[in-house]
Amino acid sequence: MTSVLYDAPGPRAKQRNVLLSVVFFVLLALFLWWIWQTMDDKGQLKWSLWQPFTTSDAWTTYLLPGLGDTLKAAGLAMVIALPLGAFFGIARMSDHRWVRVPAGVVVEFFRSIPVLLLMLFANEFYVRSTSVGSEERPLYAVITGLVLYNASVLAEIVRAGILSLPKGQTEAAYAIGLRKGQTMTSILLPQSVTVMLPAIVSQLVVIVKDTALGGVMLGFTELLNARSTLAANYANVVASFIVVGIIFILLNLALTTFASWLERRLRRSKKSTGATVALEDATGLNPAQVGGSFGTGAGGSI
Amino acid sequence: MTVKLTALSALGSLVWGTLLAAMRVSPVPLMRGFGTFYVNTVRNIPLTVIIVFTSLGLADIFGVTMGASDDFKVQGFRLALLGLVAYHAAFVCEAVRSGINTVPVGQAEAARAIGLSFSQVLRIVILPQAFRAVIAPLANVLIALTKNTTVAAAIGVAEAAALMKTMIENEAQTVAIGAVFALGFVVLTLPTGLLLGWLGKRLAVKR
Repeated sequence: MTSVLYDAPGPRAKQRNVLLSVVFFVLLALFLWWIWQTMDDKGQLKWSLWQPFTTSDAWTTYLLPGLGDTLKAAGLAMVIALPLGAFFGIARMSDHRWVRVPAGVVVEFFRSIPVLLLMLFANEFYVRSTSVGSEERPLYAVITGLVLYNASVLAEIVRAGILSLPKGQTEAAYAIGLRKGQTMTSILLPQSVTVMLPAIVSQLVVIVKDTALGGVMLGFTELLNARSTLAANYANVVASFIVVGIIFILLNLALTTFASWLERRLRRSKKSTGATVALEDATGLNPAQVGGSFGTGAGGSI
Repeated sequence: MTVKLTALSALGSLVWGTLLAAMRVSPVPLMRGFGTFYVNTVRNIPLTVIIVFTSLGLADIFGVTMGASDDFKVQGFRLALLGLVAYHAAFVCEAVRSGINTVPVGQAEAARAIGLSFSQVLRIVILPQAFRAVIAPLANVLIALTKNTTVAAAIGVAEAAALMKTMIENEAQTVAIGAVFALGFVVLTLPTGLLLGWLGKRLAVKR
């Protein structure tokens, strides 16, 4: 692959590149060797610390239930946030100012507050004002926090998706006598759903990552929390971090790949307008969108 | 504390992220590979995992105390800073790289035609234009960063979230305290977004 940023290397440039490669390789190798050495020094490479992960016990008792809770919270949050987000997104485009302005305020407000604050607040709210048992409370609080935040992000995605449609679609719908509600439900929404799908899947990555907050701060039994129980049992802090990290990476890479596959597929299909919500369109509510301008549409933030 | 953490880690991740972006477009394949690997790995790990690891893993097991082994608070702050920089650099890198892609091919070709080397092309011609194009995306990273500093509460740094947690547990007016902290963040993030958005539009290279 040649880039426009540099010429096809001639003999001297090739030499220099090889030299740079070697230097960089040596530095990298030194760094990795240093990490390896330090881990060895501190006794982190002992097989007894890693061996638990080859037994089914560690997985069935700790990691899989943790992963299950992570997925449960992320899934529920997505399912609840999606209709809410669609509602606010559409409300923000309303012709009536008394609908548009409050919806805008709500969306902007929840978008600018950290999810963690929302979760903590929801938790405290459930403690004081409801009779939710302490067993389920963390789950409820995590989902509430995630829903409030992500509904407002999704609202922006929905809005960007609908705005990305050609204006002619709306005009044609009015011309054949559809009312505003009909135009929205039977013309605009069906078309924009395909446009928004990649961005929505990328948002799922963000949600999955955010569930980890609940594990640390609220004692929600998701993957990261399961890790600490596991580490307390087998005394393998570093090993458990690495395994949990790999699980998260694999899970999110799968979602990311799915999102970019969807995007490529939608771009190809002739039925849609071919537009996808580009990261900048969604006003980059988060860096997920920044990464998206490359067509991966994924990456996630927060 | 939140503001200090935000400012320092914004600076750090900007530098590290730009370096990563330069690596990702460089002619040396190994650097490209490393940059890609770093971004894809770090982006997909929850920030919480990274931050908690800096405390439990780096500090407790490997003894990385960032030169403050006796002062737990300073140590927590620096570790959180390290985690935040490592995480957000990946996003800065992606933003800068997308900025590099927006610079017209002709610019790079013209720069090469007058005999500039890769580092000169990047430093003198491409990056200045790229940065002006990515102010808005970078602003989003900065806003996300401001919000993400709350995660540092997980390792006991006394920033906004940690304060709010102790306060709402001890005081009666949950709603009032929650509202104050929420407003605090709105005040921090909204002007940043508006200001940088305006700046981005103003500085954008007109083509």
